[in-house]
Amino acid sequence: MEAVAEKNSFQVNNKGYYGTFGGAFIPEMLYPNVEELRENYLQIIAEPAFQKEYNDLLRDYVGRPTPLYRANRLSEKYQTNIFLKREDLCHTGAHKINNTIGQILLAKRLGKQRVVAETGAGQHGVATATVCALMNIECIVYMGELDIERQAPNVARMKMLGAEVRSATCGSKTLKDATNEAMRHWINNPVDTHYIIGSVVGPHPYPDMVARFQSIISEEMRWQLKEQTGSETPDYVVACVGGGSNAAGAFYHFLDDENVKLVAVEAAGQGVNTGHSAATTALGKPGVLHGSRTILMQTEDGQVTEPYSISAGLDYPGIGPQHAYLYDSGRGTFLSATDEEAVQAAFELTRLEGIIPALESSHALAVLGRLGASLNDTVVVNLSGRGDKDMATYMKYID
Amino acid sequence: MNRIVNLFQNKTEQDKEGLLNVYFTAGFPQLDDTLKVLKALQEGGADLVEIGMPYSDPVADGETIQKSNDQALENGMTVRILFDQLKDMRQTITVPVLLMGYVNPVLQFGIENFCKKCAEVGIDGLILPDMPMDVYQNEYKPIFDAYGILNIFLVTPQTSEKRIRQIDEISEGFIYTVSSASVTGSSTGVSDDMETYFNRLNAMNLKNPRLIGFGIKDNDTFLKASRYAAGAIIGSAFIRVLQNSNDLENDIKTFVSEVKGKPLEVALA
Repeated sequence: MEAVAEKNSFQVNNKGYYGTFGGAFIPEMLYPNVEELRENYLQIIAEPAFQKEYNDLLRDYVGRPTPLYRANRLSEKYQTNIFLKREDLCHTGAHKINNTIGQILLAKRLGKQRVVAETGAGQHGVATATVCALMNIECIVYMGELDIERQAPNVARMKMLGAEVRSATCGSKTLKDATNEAMRHWINNPVDTHYIIGSVVGPHPYPDMVARFQSIISEEMRWQLKEQTGSETPDYVVACVGGGSNAAGAFYHFLDDENVKLVAVEAAGQGVNTGHSAATTALGKPGVLHGSRTILMQTEDGQVTEPYSISAGLDYPGIGPQHAYLYDSGRGTFLSATDEEAVQAAFELTRLEGIIPALESSHALAVLGRLGASLNDTVVVNLSGRGDKDMATYMKYID
Repeated sequence: MNRIVNLFQNKTEQDKEGLLNVYFTAGFPQLDDTLKVLKALQEGGADLVEIGMPYSDPVADGETIQKSNDQALENGMTVRILFDQLKDMRQTITVPVLLMGYVNPVLQFGIENFCKKCAEVGIDGLILPDMPMDVYQNEYKPIFDAYGILNIFLVTPQTSEKRIRQIDEISEGFIYTVSSASVTGSSTGVSDDMETYFNRLNAMNLKNPRLIGFGIKDNDTFLKASRYAAGAIIGSAFIRVLQNSNDLENDIKTFVSEVKGKPLEVALA
C-alpha cells in the first residue's frame, strides 16, 4: 500500500502544486481562461478520439517514435553506455512539437479560433505556427524585439507558415517579456483565444499539461531500452533545462524509479558567478514568475533579472515548478554547463557520431564526463533538438 | 477604524457623488516625486490614492503603466526606498492610501515584514492582482488582519456569480471592479454593453461597495462609472499626465479637479 501511496508523489497534486511549488498566481482577468482549461484538460486528453488523433499525428506527422540510438564512439570515449533519444529528428527539429500538437487539438475541442504563443529562440514559435497551419487556426506569436533581430531565420519560418509575429518592446525585450505580452493578449481576448505555452511553466494546469504531452519521450525510452538492453530503466537520464519541457518529458516515466538518476543541466553562460548566467537553481530563490511559485533569478527587491546563455532556448530566468520541486527534494541532480563546454560537446558529438546537436541539447552532452557513470551503467541523453538553427554560432568556432 | 472603511461609510451617509481613486507609479517620473504626487492628488480632490510599486513583469498592465514601471525601476525605485519616502506621509496625508503591485516583491520583502511596514507608515490596503484568493485565505489573511491592512480583490465581467460572492465574503473596504476584459489602459471608456454587467453586480446586493476601474480617463467616463458604483479608479490616463508635465503640482490638481467636475478654485476653497 505504501508503494501505491508514494506513486506519483512527484506529480502535481489536486490543488495544482508540486510540494510548495506551482499553483496559479494570476490576475483575476486570467482566472476564467485558466479555470476553463483546468476543468477540461484531463477529461479531453483522456478521450479515446483525442488520444487517437494525437497519436496518429505524432506517428505520421511528427515522425514518432524517435529512435533511441546507442552512440558507440561516444560511449567508448566516456567508458559507459550512452543512448541518445533522437528528439532532434522530430518534424520542425525539436521536441517542442509534441506539446503544440497536443495543445492545438485541445484548443479545437475548446472551440478556440485563435492561438497565441511566446517564443525566445523561435523553436516553440515555429512549432506553434506549424500546427496552426495544419489545423487552419489563426496564430499570433510574441517575440522579444532583441530576439527578433537575433533569430531572423525562425522569424521567416513563422511568417511563411502564416503566423503573425509581434514584437515585445517592454522590459528586457526577450523571452520573459514575450511571455508577458502573450499573457496580456490572452487577458484581452479571453473567449476565442487559446494560449499555447511552450514549456512546463505558467499557472496550473500548464506545467502538468505540457509535461503530459512531452511524456511520450520517456514512454518510448522505456520500451526502447527494454528492447536494446533488456531493462526498462537506465541508470541516468540527462536533459537540459531552460523552462524544462524536454527534461520534464524525459523524466516523466522515471520519476518513481528511485534507482534512475535524473540529471538536469542548466546553462551557466559565461560561468555561474560571472553575472552572465542562466543557472537558475544556483542563482535563484523561491518566488513567483509567470503564474507559478518556483525558483527564479531575481534581485534582492524581487525584480526578475535577465539571464544570459549562448543558447536562446535556455535563456529563461526561471524553471518549471516540478523542476523546482525535484531540485528542492533532492530527487533531481542539477548541474550546469558553460557556453564553452556546450560548444565543445557539440563538436565532440558531431565528430564522433555525425550528429549536429542544438546548443540547448549540447549542455546535456557537456556533463557526460562528470556523471561518474561506470562501464556497466546505461546513460540516456535527451537530444532535444538539432543544430541547424545554431550554425551561425558554431561557425565562429570552426578554424 | 481603517481609513478606507471609514471613507465608504461616511460617503453613503453624506452624498451621492462618486469617489475618485487615482493610481500612480512610485518613483515616477523622478525617483523623489512619490510624495509630491501624493500630496498634489490629495489637494486636487482625490478621495483615495493607489501607489503602484514598480515591477519588472507587470502582466495585468498595458503599455502606459508598463513604461512607467520600467522608468521607475531605472530611477532606482525599490520597496525599501518607497517605505522610506512614505515614512512621514501621515503628517500631511489624510486620504486612504493603498499600495498596488505584484506579489513577488512582497514575498521577497516578507509578507509579515511588509504588512508591518505598511502599518507603520499608514498604508490602509493592498492590491496584489496575482495573489490567489486561496493562498491569501490560507496563508496570509491572519497577518493582514493583525496589522489592519485590507486586501482588495478584483472582479471582471467573466467572474462567475459564485466567485463574486466568495470574494465579497472575504473582502473588506471595496471590490475593484474591472470594467472589461483587458489589461489597464484600454481605450474603451464606459460602453453601453457594460451596463448589464454593472447592473448585475448591483442586483447582487454585495456587502462591499465597488469602485470601477480600467478605461476611466476623464470627467465623462468618471461620472458614467459613478452611476453604477461608489466611484471609479483612474490609472493610465493619469500616468500620461505625469509623463507630459512640466509642472507636476499644477497639472495634477487641474487634472483631478477636472475629472471630478469641480473647477480648481472651488475644489481648493
